[in-house]
Amino acid sequence: MVMSVSAPRCLQWSDREDYELEDYEAEVPRWCTGCGDLAILAAVQRLCRDEQLPLENLVFVSGIGCSSRFPHYMKTYGFHGLHGRALPVAEGIKLKRPDLHVFVNTGDGDCCSIGAAHWLHAIRYNMDMTVMLHDNEIYGLTKKQASPTSPKGLKSNTTPRGAYLEGLNPLATTLGVANVSFVAQAVDWAPAHLYEIISQAFHHKGLSFIRIVQRCPEFLPAHFDSFMQDPERLLLLTHEDGIPATPDLSRAYPQREVHDPSDINRAREIASLTDRIPIGILYRNEAAVCYEDVVGSDTLSTPKTVRTNLEAELDKFTVWPPSEEREGRG
Amino acid sequence: MNEGGKHKTTARKKSAVELAEHVVEIVSDSGEGAQKCGQSFASIAARMGNGIWTVEIIPAEIQPPARSVEGASGNRIRLGSGAITNGGDAADLVVAFNEHVLLGRLRDGELKPGCIILLESKWRTDRDPEISTLYATICNELVEGGYRVYEIPMETECLRLVTDARRGKNMFVLGLLCRIYSLDRALALEQVALTFAKKGESVIAPNQRLLEAGWGWAEENLDIRFSVPATPATEPRLVVNGNTALGLGVMASGMEVCAMYPITPATSASHYLSEVFQNVGGVVHQAEDEIAACAFAIGASYAGKCAVTITSGPGYSLKQEGIGLAVMAEIPLVVVNVQRGGPATGQPTKVEQGDLLSACFGSHGDAPKVVMAVSDIEDCFYSVITARKIAEMFNVVVVLLSDASLGTAQQPFPRPDFHEDWLAPPVDQSPVPEGVTPYDWNPKTGLARRFIPGQPNGMHTLTGLAHDSRSRIAYDPAVNQEGIRRRSLKLAALQKTLKTPPLFGDEKGELLVIGWGSTKGAIEEAVQRVRADGYSVSALHLKFLQPMASGIKEVLQGFERVMTVETNWCDDLEDELIDEENRRYSNLAWMLRARCLVDIDCWGEVKGQPIKPGRIEKAIRQRLR
Repeated sequence: MVMSVSAPRCLQWSDREDYELEDYEAEVPRWCTGCGDLAILAAVQRLCRDEQLPLENLVFVSGIGCSSRFPHYMKTYGFHGLHGRALPVAEGIKLKRPDLHVFVNTGDGDCCSIGAAHWLHAIRYNMDMTVMLHDNEIYGLTKKQASPTSPKGLKSNTTPRGAYLEGLNPLATTLGVANVSFVAQAVDWAPAHLYEIISQAFHHKGLSFIRIVQRCPEFLPAHFDSFMQDPERLLLLTHEDGIPATPDLSRAYPQREVHDPSDINRAREIASLTDRIPIGILYRNEAAVCYEDVVGSDTLSTPKTVRTNLEAELDKFTVWPPSEEREGRG
Repeated sequence: MNEGGKHKTTARKKSAVELAEHVVEIVSDSGEGAQKCGQSFASIAARMGNGIWTVEIIPAEIQPPARSVEGASGNRIRLGSGAITNGGDAADLVVAFNEHVLLGRLRDGELKPGCIILLESKWRTDRDPEISTLYATICNELVEGGYRVYEIPMETECLRLVTDARRGKNMFVLGLLCRIYSLDRALALEQVALTFAKKGESVIAPNQRLLEAGWGWAEENLDIRFSVPATPATEPRLVVNGNTALGLGVMASGMEVCAMYPITPATSASHYLSEVFQNVGGVVHQAEDEIAACAFAIGASYAGKCAVTITSGPGYSLKQEGIGLAVMAEIPLVVVNVQRGGPATGQPTKVEQGDLLSACFGSHGDAPKVVMAVSDIEDCFYSVITARKIAEMFNVVVVLLSDASLGTAQQPFPRPDFHEDWLAPPVDQSPVPEGVTPYDWNPKTGLARRFIPGQPNGMHTLTGLAHDSRSRIAYDPAVNQEGIRRRSLKLAALQKTLKTPPLFGDEKGELLVIGWGSTKGAIEEAVQRVRADGYSVSALHLKFLQPMASGIKEVLQGFERVMTVETNWCDDLEDELIDEENRRYSNLAWMLRARCLVDIDCWGEVKGQPIKPGRIEKAIRQRLR
């Protein structure tokens, strides 16, 4: 039924003018000055403009946290729901609406802590959507508590003597899930590269998971300084099937590795690096099955199919009166 | 000791004793097929036109130890000449595959004193002396206790026909029962064919022979024979249990998404849907947990496909935050709670009606939602259709309360005639007119049109935060006040459309008994019994618990006293510590007392079993003195 109404609508709207950046911009973001979320928002708005995506066909789904304010700043459909539950909501949206582009914006607390179960299963369902993990390794909205990705020793309001355990590694975790189909990493301070990654993620069929290393100027202002100031500490992943090594990128990031995104074993090794932040596409498998393509059937729900099949089901359980016995049951 | 053979000489000539109704039980160890036997027996009786109500007897474990008191698995069938609305009181006749499962039923008070017992006799000659001695002792005790015990060599007889008697005994017993209750032999054979239709002729034929053998054995050897005269049905009727009826209702409602997580006793509804839902374009999504199932359903509804999530107590608790989100963001959602015993894991396979208050008042903050309860099998079907319509018309959460007894009980009802207006309209993808806001609340009713992704001009960010009519986060305190008011008004708007439920009995009298959900049949039967003795007692059964129909207070005022009967806890004033000031009332009693300012009494039982009409009758009589 969705299909039958979208065709004339497409015709109706095909004559509209080109979308400009400001068509995607809603209110002025209420994030802190210098927040990495701003870079992500800019990259996403650019992507929408470049792809000329109709506003009404975009849905940004988020949970709760600083990152999850994202949908409010897009002039599209948005769903700012519950802490940790963005992914199952997004799955429900996508299931019966292949015509919608679904994006998920989630934070390290939202995705890797309270929503961790949904995260693992979403990777496995591999429904067609773009998931951005805004990972600043700290809780922001609740004011500086350790997050599951906080490194060991990080001092916060809940770990005043330093975080007790090693941080959870979102890339390694994701790459350990069956049916994973797209894993990439970017940093908020490399906007051109971030844009490339988001663009490739958007074009991937299946769930594309991007961990975006993101600065929190309010609570961890110097946390990523050593990586920002020393380009040697980033490892640029390049490949003809991933992000090609352009002259600009090569100049900015002297540490490079040619990494084939189909090589999951090397992807897992790269994900486990501790001294450098790898940026690029770690893994891509276009052949992974999308849940929405295999669950259910191709049957459309129409009054006719419901009537026919419901009657057939009722027949199975019907006790016919003696006179109708033969007639009714054929 | 009654040996079956003893009555041989008289058996053939014995004419059938005519009965208005009888309660029959078949119990075995798990996996011996007593449930299939019971269901087949019920189906045959239903096809002959008898009223029936079946109750599943389910052990808590998948494979409980053999020959154990706790392991009783099987079926109770109450069959009558007229309509049967509940499982009745104690059993009149019970077939047991071993004496321990029988003791389980005896301990639970399910057997009528002096009832007929048909018992597998093979244990008497068991090689293990412990088993044979125990069997003999128990048999003696039963006979001394006044029970009419017939020992039947079920296994021996079956082994004449098949090599594995464990897999055939149930059809032999079906034959016995069909003969005892004078059911139609040809219909019985046909039922066996239907039961094993999927398995083919090679399975049907031996099972039909077993049925014939059972029939023949009873004819030769038993002096008991009954007939429960049936009025042949004039219209097609559906024979399904409550959970299957729910599944059929979901299909008929036009919903396309059912998100669930496995939980007893709700899961069989999703099992059924998993088989057939895709034929009508539906999807059953088994989510990673109850929370995800709720969130998934909310996502699907938000995108225009009103969804249902089916669960039971613990799952219902887990969904509370999601339900609150759907209330706040005004997303239609149907939540089915097939209640079981609680709190915590409680009694997964047993019935209780303990979730009414959490259904009405669950989720933090003010979260008004519609709560309906189903009262019989037919209701399980139609209520889902109603629930979907209300959910989408008012953009509300509708909680549909069923319970473990209805989920597994069978009762025939007229075959539904499909209407296209049961279905949801197509997803609205028309452009939103200029100037209309996402929550354009009607000032009187609180209702607003909902924007669905894909609609041009409708773009907005839905939020679980307090928001204004443009779906913008409320920083102004007046906005929150207004939002809550609008959401609350919707229930009042719905309430204005509800009719006062009809009374069972007279409008004035000494006592009014109020119930909700699965107790309807038992309450009305109990009320009928005391009315037959001349007492002026009436019954009222509520379908809408929130909002409640108007006129209920006026109904109560026609009676000297009012009480609720519910399968949930209420303190007993007889307890030393309990008085008017600290008494905790049954769920509905709390609500009615608050709403009607009437001193409403209550009575209930939480024994995990459907409340029997006899128990209700006793509670009523105590209050009449």
